[in-house]
Amino acid sequence: MDLTYTPEQQAFRAEVRAWLEAHVPSEPLEHFDATREGFEAHREWEKTLKSGDWGMVTWPKEYGGRGLDLIQWLIFEEEYYRAGAPGRVNQNGIFLLGPTLMEFGTHEQKARFLPKMASGEEIWAQAWSEPMAGSDLAGVRSTAVLDGDEYVLNGHKIWSSRAVFADWAFGLFRAPGSERHHGMSLIFFPLDAPGVTVNAIKKINGHVGFAEIFLEDVRVPAFNRLGDEGQGWHICMATAGFERGLMLRSPARYQVAAAKLAGLWQEYKDAVDPALEADVVRAHMNAEAYALNIYQTASRLMAGAKIGPEASTNKIFWSELDIHLTQTALSILGTKAELMHDAPDAYHATDWIDDYIFALAGPIYAGSNEIQRNIIAERMLGLPRK
Amino acid sequence: MDFTLNDEQRMFAETAQTLFADTCTPDHWRKQMETGDARDDARWQAIVETGFTLLLLPEEAGGLGLTELDFALIAERAGYVALPEPLAESAGVAAPMLAVLAPDHEALADPSTTIAIQHPSAPYVADADLAGAILLYKDGEAYVATPDQVALTRESSIDPFRRLFRIDWDPANVTSLGKADWDLAFDRAALFCAAQGLGLAQRAVDMAVAYAQERQQFGKAISTYQAVKHHLASAQVAIEFARPVVMAAAADVARQDVQSRARVSHAKLVALEAADKAARASIQVHGAMGYSWEVDVHLFLKRALALTQAWGTPAFHRSRIATRIFTQPIGPDQTFARENENA
Repeated sequence: MDLTYTPEQQAFRAEVRAWLEAHVPSEPLEHFDATREGFEAHREWEKTLKSGDWGMVTWPKEYGGRGLDLIQWLIFEEEYYRAGAPGRVNQNGIFLLGPTLMEFGTHEQKARFLPKMASGEEIWAQAWSEPMAGSDLAGVRSTAVLDGDEYVLNGHKIWSSRAVFADWAFGLFRAPGSERHHGMSLIFFPLDAPGVTVNAIKKINGHVGFAEIFLEDVRVPAFNRLGDEGQGWHICMATAGFERGLMLRSPARYQVAAAKLAGLWQEYKDAVDPALEADVVRAHMNAEAYALNIYQTASRLMAGAKIGPEASTNKIFWSELDIHLTQTALSILGTKAELMHDAPDAYHATDWIDDYIFALAGPIYAGSNEIQRNIIAERMLGLPRK
Repeated sequence: MDFTLNDEQRMFAETAQTLFADTCTPDHWRKQMETGDARDDARWQAIVETGFTLLLLPEEAGGLGLTELDFALIAERAGYVALPEPLAESAGVAAPMLAVLAPDHEALADPSTTIAIQHPSAPYVADADLAGAILLYKDGEAYVATPDQVALTRESSIDPFRRLFRIDWDPANVTSLGKADWDLAFDRAALFCAAQGLGLAQRAVDMAVAYAQERQQFGKAISTYQAVKHHLASAQVAIEFARPVVMAAAADVARQDVQSRARVSHAKLVALEAADKAARASIQVHGAMGYSWEVDVHLFLKRALALTQAWGTPAFHRSRIATRIFTQPIGPDQTFARENENA
């Protein structure tokens, strides 16, 4: 155990910091879920990132990455959030599908999809959930039928984040007549393919952050199937591991938020309930604990371990800490808590109300926290499924 | 940057786990509660022979010269069996302190001798009557005494294995050791409380997991009910996010700066919160059985309760974290920062 950065790691941090200082937009971009303009501005930012070769630093060079290790990834993320750089509009691609493709894709599939993912040229949405398949994902009914060297896709997907403006989706489909966890395949389809209809769904913050997708005889090459036919469930679970594990939510995100909260507290503490300091301290502790847990996981993965069911503990922890942290900020802001950022009297340093509303989704997406607790009880603690 | 334990550390921890599993079973607890003995001699002998009492002592004092991280792994396993003997205070805190202040003290000559330690944050001292030496705090200075040089008053604890004593003493009757590094002693003590907390927490969860699979209600094992599963899953989450904090605190405690102190405090808070949460979840899952003296879960609840308040109250430890937050840079690049780097 050695909790110091090597000179190389320090040099890497300095390199990331210098590049970000020179390139991060001085004005925040409009949110990528708010409008097409905001989305495209984020796509431009992804291209700028790629121009510095920062698209996805852990991927091999031949697939658009830098071939760096997970500690360097964490350092990159720390600097990224520290710099206040724009959110990653392609997070479903680079953080979820990317690692899955790396594990299950053929060389040809990786070469086709990963570089354009890393550069933001193709932005991805996830198309798993259906009206009757939410927490019970094995209830998926959308179908894929092989016809020559093409699949014909039919069905109805919903709650697909970013699908309103994204270019591609990775969907879960089943062979007609198959049941539950069997017969499913993970298949990619362009969101502008003939037969695809995307209807925006507004989130509680008013953003068109997710969508429902109707597929009617959508034809895609069999090349777009990841892994073997029928292997879809297995691949989805691996993706979910990345999602809940160390990729989707960097500790740095919460460490920056906790530091901002500490600043907010310093500003308001003479005017508000002194008992709130304990929550400010708690928010910092939670962010630090999450960071230490992730450093531990990264070290273990680098030593050859694989992500297991403990990823479910991460998802519970970051989603709950985020709500606690943002709610503490609202408590400090008091009567200003409800004011939107364009209100004349709003607290302008950070949009705490937006962050809080966003945090409320945390216990629901990426597998509800109830499902995560089942996974922990059944796969970590060994309690029976039924 | 490497957050993994080395092979030697893993081996040491496994040795401790096996030793405690063999010598500190529920039967041992029950027997010791019946007899009222302070110590299980065979178990203590095994602990001494394995070298755990020498672990933190410097090699020149006949010790193993290992680190707080190594000892924390042992303390974690001691927590897992609610070890009755004061191994953590004696070998983890008092002996290394005495070895610095009085390396030739006779209490250090025999590795089976325990050394007790009293501090304003831990005024009730376990097994002080049996100690070969008692370290005493006054105004930042250390004094050493034998039990017959001080007045011991037995204070009964809710924890049946904590044989506590209040110590009243007169500096004129004991030996002065001069200025001492009480900050380091305090941090080690708090750290090893935290490490024990991890063990207490995991044992409470494990006991409930085992019980829930046996106990049938409504025609099936209660372990199949989500309400039961979720209690235990939440406790396990608390453990998973306490353990890395304890490990990081152990790795850095010797640095003795604002950051290392805050991390020890963080470790103590969350590890003992995890222990409390796990013990209470475990009692709930055990139902009325869990509230009975016959089922052992209460031992873990009680030890967690005691260690939560000893060596710094939660409020004190929160204040040290607040000091770190409000006097030092914070943020994602500061997770492993040091005070001297910000000077």
